Amino acid sequence: MTTGSSVTPQAAEGDRMQKLSASGHERSALKRNGLVDRVFEITTRGSALLVLLLLGTITGSLILAGWPALSELGLSFFTDDRWAANVNRFGALPAIYGTLVTSLIAIAIAIPVSLGIAIFLTEICPPKLRRTIGTMVELLAGVPSIIYGMWGMEVLAPFLQSHFPSVFPAGTGLTTAGLILAIMIIPFITAVTRDVMNTVPSIMRESAYGLGCTTWEVVRHVIFPSVKAGMLGGVILGLGRALGETMAVTFVIGNNLFLNATVTGQGTSIAALIANQFSEADGLQRSALLLLGLVLFLITFAVLALARFMLNRMNQRAPS
Amino acid sequence: MNMRSENFTMAPRQTSRNASGNTHASAPAKLSVQDLNFYYGSFQAIKNVSMEIPAHQVTAYIGPSGCGKSTLLRCFNRMHDLYPGLKTEGGILLDGQDIHASGVDINLLRARIGMVFQKPTPFPMSVYDNIAFGVKLYERLSRRDMDERVEWALKKAALWNEVKDKLKTNGQALSGGQQQRLCIARTIAVKPEVILLDEPTSALDPISTGYIEDLIHELKTEYTIVIVTHNMQQAARVSDITAFMYLGELIECGHTDQIFTDPEKKQTEDYITGRYG
Repeated sequence: MTTGSSVTPQAAEGDRMQKLSASGHERSALKRNGLVDRVFEITTRGSALLVLLLLGTITGSLILAGWPALSELGLSFFTDDRWAANVNRFGALPAIYGTLVTSLIAIAIAIPVSLGIAIFLTEICPPKLRRTIGTMVELLAGVPSIIYGMWGMEVLAPFLQSHFPSVFPAGTGLTTAGLILAIMIIPFITAVTRDVMNTVPSIMRESAYGLGCTTWEVVRHVIFPSVKAGMLGGVILGLGRALGETMAVTFVIGNNLFLNATVTGQGTSIAALIANQFSEADGLQRSALLLLGLVLFLITFAVLALARFMLNRMNQRAPS
Repeated sequence: MNMRSENFTMAPRQTSRNASGNTHASAPAKLSVQDLNFYYGSFQAIKNVSMEIPAHQVTAYIGPSGCGKSTLLRCFNRMHDLYPGLKTEGGILLDGQDIHASGVDINLLRARIGMVFQKPTPFPMSVYDNIAFGVKLYERLSRRDMDERVEWALKKAALWNEVKDKLKTNGQALSGGQQQRLCIARTIAVKPEVILLDEPTSALDPISTGYIEDLIHELKTEYTIVIVTHNMQQAARVSDITAFMYLGELIECGHTDQIFTDPEKKQTEDYITGRYG
């Protein structure tokens, strides 16, 4: 905790032995700074610990509240393919299936589209247009999810129903929800991808062009390998949002509580099911919904852990 | 030399050599700069430069920072085309063909005129692939021919002995000096005709710098070399022809011995003796 202030011009001039012993004035300054240091350390440490505390509390209360359902239903909670409160059947399978399928559809659509937008913005687009499109992508990220929900229900679902009636008999459904989710997460993935692509030094691009590469070859062999790990971060951010998105999904997913093994038919997701039923639920149903919340929490957590694992492996392979 | 050269342009333009009258060497001009002007937006970075770069010689550009020497170098492989708002006027001829002519394929041009930059820029791939990558762009070689080409390029760049046991490791894991020699090997591997070196040793220690200067001597028997350097001793050591630029103008250009011992222009003498720059 000693600071540089113990060396003053006076001390420097004086005897070497006296250099490290502070004068009275210096001693009070040291004391004052030491106190500020202490307070600073305690407050920052407190803020960091708060995160742990919150996370622990939320997990704990979910486990406590979901416990009655888990002990009563047991494994059938995860294997029953039907959620019917009136006959006391609470199978989470349709909701888990719907959550995973909609998110995967969203990611499968969003990754190539976002990559395309990011490549166009960083490598091909003229600077004037670059700013316009970039701003519009950011605006897209700011649109509230309820707007997407209403638009999906009023515009997208009827459009799909009237143009592809054999694929989308009801208009709404898992794929429709996946499409809406894709639109919602494209701005996130695009923004992250664009930012990491901009971190590739221009001299690197020039070296590749200097060998006679076309833009495609530069992007494919030089830019893309350099930004893979960073892009994965954006994808995970988007996936996290897609897994938990409630409002927009509830509007367009169809809210069918039976397991429907198609990907275009109506279904439900964990978040949509909770949103639909929680306010009117009590007893076992309420506990089952909270348990469902815990499952969503664990899925998201697992995705983040997987991402961290993949990032570590990528970083190990590519030294930097 | 290979098939690349033949379809470089669709209609090669005949121009008489020595048109700009600025010849210094008996060797034929590989590159010929004719009344070149270059603008970054409204700022004119190169003013009316005309000169010839002889084949199989080392031509060095010296001058203070911002004098336009790197800008001129980047005109030779049209690197400026990557960025909007930059304008080139006048002509640059490669073997008598205008590199700005409409039939010129810019990627083929860059394959014929290789470039090495201030900082090493190994690609995010293995040492082997760093070399093979450029070759694969324009040539289809069998596995064995490719192995030979990679070994040949690494030997040329005096790097083979250091990396022959780690061809599969990532090129970015090499030391700075090795990375720069890898970049030179990568440039040589595609068998260009001209090699542009933009301050190739500015980020390197003296030992690595020595390697690369030796390399330049080696390479000039097969390639035409143009180097930009901040280091006047380096220009004196490696080059046959030296060109001094100042504020976008070509002040003087001649045999390196003559430029360093008996410059014609006062400005050149002042710069070489360290009075400004």
